[in-house]
Amino acid sequence: MAEINWHTFFFMMFALITCASAVAVVFTVNVVRMAVYLIASLLGASGLFFLAGADFVGAMQLMIYVGGTLVLLIFGVMLTAQGPFVSMKTKGGEWIISAVAGAALLAVLLSVAVSVPDWQGPTEASANGTGATGPARTATPIGMALLGARVDRPNAPGYLLPFEIVSVHLLVVMIGAAYLARTKKRVSSPSLAE
Amino acid sequence: MWLAYLVAAGIHCALLINVVAVGALIFIWLERKVSARIQDRLGPTRVGGRFGWLQTLADGIKLITKEDLMPEGADGMLFRMAPYVSFCAAFAAYIALPFSNGWVAQNLDVAVFFILAVMGLEVFGVILAGYASNSKWSLFGAMREAAQVVSYEVPMGLCVVVPVLLAGTMNLNTIGELQRGWFTNWYVLHDPFTFITFIVYFTCATASVNRAPFDLAEAESELVAGFHTEYSGIRWSYFFMAEYGSMFTVSALAAILFFGGWNGPIPVTDMLASALTASGSTLATHPVFVYLANFVGMLNLLFKGTFGVIFMMWLRWTLPRLRIDQVMEMCLKYCLPISCFTLIGVTFWQVTFPGGLIPMPRESIGEKIYDIRAVSDAQWNAEHKPVPKKEVKIEPKAEPKPAKPLMEARRDEPAQNTPIAGTSPTDAPVTALVRVPEGD
Repeated sequence: MAEINWHTFFFMMFALITCASAVAVVFTVNVVRMAVYLIASLLGASGLFFLAGADFVGAMQLMIYVGGTLVLLIFGVMLTAQGPFVSMKTKGGEWIISAVAGAALLAVLLSVAVSVPDWQGPTEASANGTGATGPARTATPIGMALLGARVDRPNAPGYLLPFEIVSVHLLVVMIGAAYLARTKKRVSSPSLAE
Repeated sequence: MWLAYLVAAGIHCALLINVVAVGALIFIWLERKVSARIQDRLGPTRVGGRFGWLQTLADGIKLITKEDLMPEGADGMLFRMAPYVSFCAAFAAYIALPFSNGWVAQNLDVAVFFILAVMGLEVFGVILAGYASNSKWSLFGAMREAAQVVSYEVPMGLCVVVPVLLAGTMNLNTIGELQRGWFTNWYVLHDPFTFITFIVYFTCATASVNRAPFDLAEAESELVAGFHTEYSGIRWSYFFMAEYGSMFTVSALAAILFFGGWNGPIPVTDMLASALTASGSTLATHPVFVYLANFVGMLNLLFKGTFGVIFMMWLRWTLPRLRIDQVMEMCLKYCLPISCFTLIGVTFWQVTFPGGLIPMPRESIGEKIYDIRAVSDAQWNAEHKPVPKKEVKIEPKAEPKPAKPLMEARRDEPAQNTPIAGTSPTDAPVTALVRVPEGD
């Protein structure tokens, strides 16, 4: 029996899940099912991240996009999906506009991807199937880069300032949430008592 | 070769599925017994002998043979899919959960984060079930669940960060090993802040797995049965397998993060090993001995996890259910500020008392940790990296307090940290923070 290249096999599988669900999002008319297919697509993308050895990014994808954004998305869709909004038919003009936008994005991404020299042709490791399998250790370099010290390129600037800005932003959001959730003081006396 | 790969993967999966399924079997029986005892009843007594311990199995057979109903106007695909989504998410968290030193399906470097992320996916099953059932009770339950889970993830994440901060790593295996030794090494007893953190963590964990007093999604008194009102038969039972599976996950996570994981309160196997080594025997390094020590560790972890589950049951049958506004208030006004406060407190404590309040002589134990890390790293490199890595230097008893977490956590990656050490003087403060060993 021929040796199966599991890396390729799983890449195909996750890529198929991602692309097929992405296509399904476009062709479904039911809003809630669109959101569900979007979940599958993003899950496939996180599977690709795990396969590439970027375990931190993969877990981040699960946490933020799948666990956070899409829960809120489905939450919103569920509350609004009544009557005429449940099924959305795409009109002819929208097809053209979205096709142009998608093709433009694809062209940009492809041209960038082709221009990266490291990604041209199979490397030795990927050719004999011993590429990035198993969990890599990417959390520490990412954390160091966020604290201002790049491990991969020592002289490049880190991301301390953006990190701090985002942190303060999140703190503001949390305080705002707590403020909105507080108990409101009654200004006027309840009319029932009168 | 490819068959061997499949068989190996299959064995791992089968073992973990058994843990979830048999765990659910036992926990459901336990829940009945515990609730019965709390309410001064007997609970199941007949099926399977004296304590009715086969009651769940009988229930399972009954559920399988029941009719699988679907309400009219339901979204068929989503309705059928929802229980499996819940169960798969609960099951996937077990992939990164270590049961003993090195006994883990996939030793992820970001295991804590992965488990939290995957557990957050369980809510999809509930939301989809609630929506697809075409019933307003289900939809109400799902809406409550979504609001509750999304809010409680924030304080829970902040609580989990505290042990991660103390250990300097997100690898659960390392976090467990760093608490090796007597129970004073456990992070829950590390300082007052971690103790508070544990309480907040357990509150949030109870809320995030939808247990009473936070089980708003299935509030029987108001919503019939909440999100699973319309479910019957085996699909209904999948929700409960998921619930009991994730209850054990959060309890085991609490045990690893705060209660020493697979290390018992008294390091019996370690003492035995050192006694054997002292008497000149090499039995302590024998594979069978190591296996048995790990097995005892696994029993420790299972016991701690089960205790956490029983504690949740105790809470459920003791406390009344909260209202939804009280649940949100609990999260945003209490859990979140307290967890932020403890996070800062632990940071200051680490700076003020880096060796702990009472420095303990832990040389032998500390040395053992270095050994374990070095071996596992070398193995990992041999398996996955063609380039041989530099040998990790083990410093024998040079420091009196080797259990200082920051250093150990960085020690596993000398090759990656070296470029920072030798770059420029502007990087000096960062180098000091990371404590890269200069010898590399």
